[in-house]
Amino acid sequence: MALLEVRDVTLRFGGIVALDGVSFEVEEGHVSGLIGPNGAGKTTAFNVITRLYRPDSGEVLLDGNSILKAAPHTIVRRGIARTFQNLQLFRTMTVLENVLVGAHSRGRRAGVREALEILDFVGLRRLADFPAAALPYGTQKRVELARALAARPRLLLLDEPAGGLNHEEVGELGSFIRKIRDDFELTVLLVEHHMGLVMSISDHVNVLSFGRKIADGTPAEVQADPAVIEAYLGSSDPDEDEPPSDDAEASPAEEGGAP
Amino acid sequence: MSPRAQRIVGFVAFGALVVVVVVLPTLVSDFKAQQYAYVGIYLIALLGLNILTGYTGQISLGHGAFMAIGGYTTAILMVGNEQFGGPIAGGMRDVWTLPFAALVAGLVGLLFGLPALRLSGLYLALATFAIAVAFPSAVKRFAEFSGGGQGINLFGTEQLTGSSAQRVEILGFTLSYNDWLYALSWSVALPAFVVAWLIVRGRTGRALRAVRDSETAAVSSGVSLARYKTLAFGVSAAYAGLAGGLFAIANTFVNPDTFPIALSIFLLIGIVVGGLGGLSGLVFGAIFVYFLPLWAQGEDLGSILPDRVIEETTKPGGPAIVYGVVLILLMFLIPNGVSGLFRRVGAFLARRR
Ligand SMILES: Nc1ncnc2c1ncn2[C@@H]1O[C@H](COP(=O)(O)OP(=O)(O)OP(=O)(O)O)[C@@H](O)[C@H]1O
Ligand SMILES: [Mg+2]
Repeated sequence: MALLEVRDVTLRFGGIVALDGVSFEVEEGHVSGLIGPNGAGKTTAFNVITRLYRPDSGEVLLDGNSILKAAPHTIVRRGIARTFQNLQLFRTMTVLENVLVGAHSRGRRAGVREALEILDFVGLRRLADFPAAALPYGTQKRVELARALAARPRLLLLDEPAGGLNHEEVGELGSFIRKIRDDFELTVLLVEHHMGLVMSISDHVNVLSFGRKIADGTPAEVQADPAVIEAYLGSSDPDEDEPPSDDAEASPAEEGGAP
Repeated sequence: MSPRAQRIVGFVAFGALVVVVVVLPTLVSDFKAQQYAYVGIYLIALLGLNILTGYTGQISLGHGAFMAIGGYTTAILMVGNEQFGGPIAGGMRDVWTLPFAALVAGLVGLLFGLPALRLSGLYLALATFAIAVAFPSAVKRFAEFSGGGQGINLFGTEQLTGSSAQRVEILGFTLSYNDWLYALSWSVALPAFVVAWLIVRGRTGRALRAVRDSETAAVSSGVSLARYKTLAFGVSAAYAGLAGGLFAIANTFVNPDTFPIALSIFLLIGIVVGGLGGLSGLVFGAIFVYFLPLWAQGEDLGSILPDRVIEETTKPGGPAIVYGVVLILLMFLIPNGVSGLFRRVGAFLARRR
């Protein structure tokens, strides 16, 4: 049984159908990609999976159990943590405090020492007492990652973790995401526009376009899918969305050094 | 500064506050002791309001009404409302009413916090302001319960310690009435400060600040908005109720004008001047709330400022203008309040070392 199953989920915002009967599964232990042009519904899918939004119809199952009736703040206790496309840091808090809030759902068990270990893991330990808002963008993203990890999730949702990073950093991010998966023994669902990154680390990729799932499969299968190529070439914003026909084997680190 | 250094500085500062509070009555006149008793009372109200507005980000323009609820609870428990045709006999000694003042106001705050969950920003400000506006009328409307516009007199009753402002014998000490009020107010305010610090310091305080900084991220981290917002409302209303009960005792009288609508605004000004992100600055916020209106009338400053200035500022309208100008200046000079100033100085000293 898949760890996460999204089944026929539809969500409308007024006239816009952000998700239109979307179904996909995420296998335990996988890195799963969720890609699609701008406005395809990727972030909305994350918001449904974390219960920030309630879908108009459909089901979301974790371990076969519906999570749609759970209160939003209980989702993390069930094992789902996330980062945000637009940073949602606790801006008046220090880096360490941000991570401590990330462990809120685990009660008083999770202490400062464990938070510091996680900061060590993401390479931010020496910034623990810095105000989070004062850090550069890329560092803030790592703080968000540390905060999500502090919840000890089974399923980690990453919404465009490579956004704003340079080529070198993106290369490191790829292996880092795998290391997170292995060290924390979790499953990753990854939304990302950086095709080199998605295709190089995903076990499985789902493709959304205009709220519908148009394809899924291994990175190679998805890249060869005419519907996917069409969706990306027809995309209004080709700069932002490179078609996934990029060489799948090209690891992002080889795409070039720092700009 | 590291958290440990911050904590040490905090302990030292609190120790200094305790020393000042203990020594102050021996340094100032008896009348001044009563004024500083009111500063302690305002401090309690500001501590509560800052937990709600400063830490949790939920604005309240109605905390004067929660103070009023505490004040009326104390007054009614002391002298009852049978004289107006109400059901309560009263008879409770003044100090014992204080926990009830906190409890009743806290419960009302909790109840109010529930619908407030659906509101944010300006809408919440307006909804809380509505309680402040409605409360005086409610008091008049339910006159058999509250004494209506005439109010409830506590002066001269045997439930009031030092019933007609006489000397007070307590725990083997003999105090002037004003010193007694001072001792009462600050022996509530200092523990209230410690409790507030315990609330905001650890996991709960982080959850409250998380709600303020990003509701989305707070929820995704497992923080229940409903729980922490209502908690903040309840706690802050309980603090306001406690302050209101003390206010009734110190004032020896309550009526609808004892807790005017403007009080809610002054409390909000107090936490902004004190600093939204901290507790220590609130002592200065309380001094500001109590003394600035008096200073603006020239009181106490006659010996400092030239007569000419005093004369000008005490003309009709003068005090309000002075108040406004000082407030605007403070907002420019210390935009993060006194607590923010403390933090800046602390950071500066830490860098220097
Ligand atoms: N809260 C909302 N209210 C109204 N419309 C929304 C809301 N959130 C998303 N939408 C709309 O739903 C559609 C899907 O948006 P979503 O943010 O999920 O796209 P996305 O795939 O994450 O895009 P991007 O790659 O640009 O982040 C868009 O048309 C968007 O405008
Ligand atoms: Mg998105």
